[in-house]
Amino acid sequence: MSLIATAPGNSLIVARARERATVHSNVAGGTPRAAGAVRVDAGAPVLTLQSISLSFGGVTALDGIDLAVAKGEIRAIIGPNGAGKSSLLNVVSGLYRPGRGVVQLGSERFRHVPTARLAAVGVARTFQNLALFKGLSVLDNVMMGLVHCRRAGFVRQILSTPQARREEAKARAAAEEAITFLHLGAVKHQLAGGLPYGILKRVELARALVARPRLLLLDEPLAGVTLGEKRDLAAHVRNARDAYDTTIVLIEHDIGVVMGLSDRIAVLDYGRKIADGSPDEVRSDQAVIDAYLGVAHEGETELVI
Amino acid sequence: MTTPIRSAAVRWFTPNRFGLAVLLITAYAVIPFAGSDYLLDAVLTPFLALALAALGLNLLTGYAGQVSLGSAAYLAVGAYAAYNFNLRLPGLPFLASLVAAGFVAAAVGIVFGLPSLRLRGFYLAVSTLAAQFFVQWALTKFGWFSNNNPSGVIDAPPLAVAGLSFSGAVGRYVFSLTVVVVATLLGTRLLRSQVGRNFMALRDHEVAAKVIGVPLLRTKLLAFGVSSFLIGVAGVLWAFAYLRTVEPAGFNLDRSFQILFMIIIGGLASIRGAFLGAAFIVVFPLLLSRFGAALLGNVFDSGVLEMSQRIVIGALIIGLLIAEPCGLIALVDRVADKIRRRVFPPQSRPIHN
Ligand SMILES: Nc1ncnc2c1ncn2[C@@H]1O[C@H](COP(=O)(O)OP(=O)(O)O)[C@@H](O)[C@H]1O
Ligand SMILES: [Mg+2]
Repeated sequence: MSLIATAPGNSLIVARARERATVHSNVAGGTPRAAGAVRVDAGAPVLTLQSISLSFGGVTALDGIDLAVAKGEIRAIIGPNGAGKSSLLNVVSGLYRPGRGVVQLGSERFRHVPTARLAAVGVARTFQNLALFKGLSVLDNVMMGLVHCRRAGFVRQILSTPQARREEAKARAAAEEAITFLHLGAVKHQLAGGLPYGILKRVELARALVARPRLLLLDEPLAGVTLGEKRDLAAHVRNARDAYDTTIVLIEHDIGVVMGLSDRIAVLDYGRKIADGSPDEVRSDQAVIDAYLGVAHEGETELVI
Repeated sequence: MTTPIRSAAVRWFTPNRFGLAVLLITAYAVIPFAGSDYLLDAVLTPFLALALAALGLNLLTGYAGQVSLGSAAYLAVGAYAAYNFNLRLPGLPFLASLVAAGFVAAAVGIVFGLPSLRLRGFYLAVSTLAAQFFVQWALTKFGWFSNNNPSGVIDAPPLAVAGLSFSGAVGRYVFSLTVVVVATLLGTRLLRSQVGRNFMALRDHEVAAKVIGVPLLRTKLLAFGVSSFLIGVAGVLWAFAYLRTVEPAGFNLDRSFQILFMIIIGGLASIRGAFLGAAFIVVFPLLLSRFGAALLGNVFDSGVLEMSQRIVIGALIIGLLIAEPCGLIALVDRVADKIRRRVFPPQSRPIHN
């Protein structure tokens, strides 16, 4: 069975005309990505951060972070707990307002990213501690990922006008597609509230993917699940990048997990970026080794490479 | 707000499909002929009005997660608005007054829903009390609303729609029933649409809802508007079909709490729950007082009886909520599920995907 079942013709986002001529994947679950499969675009970065600083009271969560994420890249951000990784994603999604610095998404520059417009700008995200709608079914949760494309007002929806029906059908088709893609077909009519954690991680990924975002931010997509699920999820993330033609920034505190998955890795420690490079460069970086083996961070992470 | 989690499997074989048809046929074709005036006048008509109010509040609180203690205010706004439309615009058909009254209640609801943009939970609940006190005060203070009745009392004219009189007990019941059926239908459609999903997304995770692009401001105010529209229409039924003489004092905080209890007892985020809760709150005291009077009528006086009724009802509510925090509807669903398993043994169980 193919891991990927896509029919991107149904995408609701027609406005963002993006060529995706090559919607097939050469990736099998778990194995490292074949060389040459990366379509990293050296041109305009999808996401650029310029000297982002953020503090809470006296605590400096981020300190002068610069980052550029190229189109099509899978960029890991790693670092011990409390390093500021989630804060960084919260800045990019506008949940936190940085004290200093600029966030550039595509061609738009922001001092404070407007969260309400995030989806419209083409950014989707998941959360470290799952942020699903418990009282909605899996299918409805995933359909919610397209809410920003809805135009029909509530009167039209109640009256079920052709426009409202068309939008609903398109959203449903796109959601079904994402659900199939992430192998959630068996649970799609169940309420999210009752499902196991590993499945919910996939549901949240589906909800983020369904909008075909230009940039996908994943906060610890691989954390808190069994080893087998971790491998599956890693494969899903990689397939998602290829099939949905997106750019991914993912957070992980375990350096070993992201080695085979990411194109580039940025390492945060105490709110500072201490390394940024290919997995091999990062692995042999002395500052990284120190940070991970240093006494300051009591064994939340292990350097399994 | 807690999120009632109900088995999705139950949804397939609810009393909904078949039961709804039976219920409607009974309500339209049997009860008007078989029911006594007492049943129609004192039980079913108030039940219908309060069920509609409970449905309205459930949209706001159960589905959209915004707590409100101002329901009685919107009942009052609906009642007094319809009275004034009817009085001051003589040519206006009654149905138009009814809908217009709903819109007035919606407007008031939206204004008093504005704090929800900043407050939530307990703080929001307290701020919705403002609606409760303001409306009651305004209706008493300004004679215009009650056509200068000194105590703010209004007498509703006999019900008539398009030349047809609905002024008898049967007529008022059938009228209420029809309004409630139509409103429930619209409410159901709303909840199944994207707007309904937005309501629940708002309730379950506001930050996530915001990130994916749910327009929070519009969704919250819409929830307040739709909810108070329905409660306002319920107020019209309350004043025109049930009591026919109402005063501002009848729409006090007790009434708001009564409606809140209905949705908690019946089941939050459930349309059927709103009806069950309303039935419980309307019917149970009547049953209890009958039994009480029959059993102990010659032992205690009526004051003591009434007091003990309240205690029994209170104890029952506590007992029910401990046994089934998701309300009566969860209990009903569980029993229905059991029956379904009996009738259709597991191997022939429908598969859900
Ligand atoms: N909302 C907040 N309020 C106060 N402090 C915060 C908040 N969010 C993060 N922090 C602080 O910022 C630092 C970085 O946290 P976080 O970004 O969650 O780290 P990570 O995701 O790398 O584990 C920590 O010291 C944390 O306590
Ligand atoms: Mg984190």
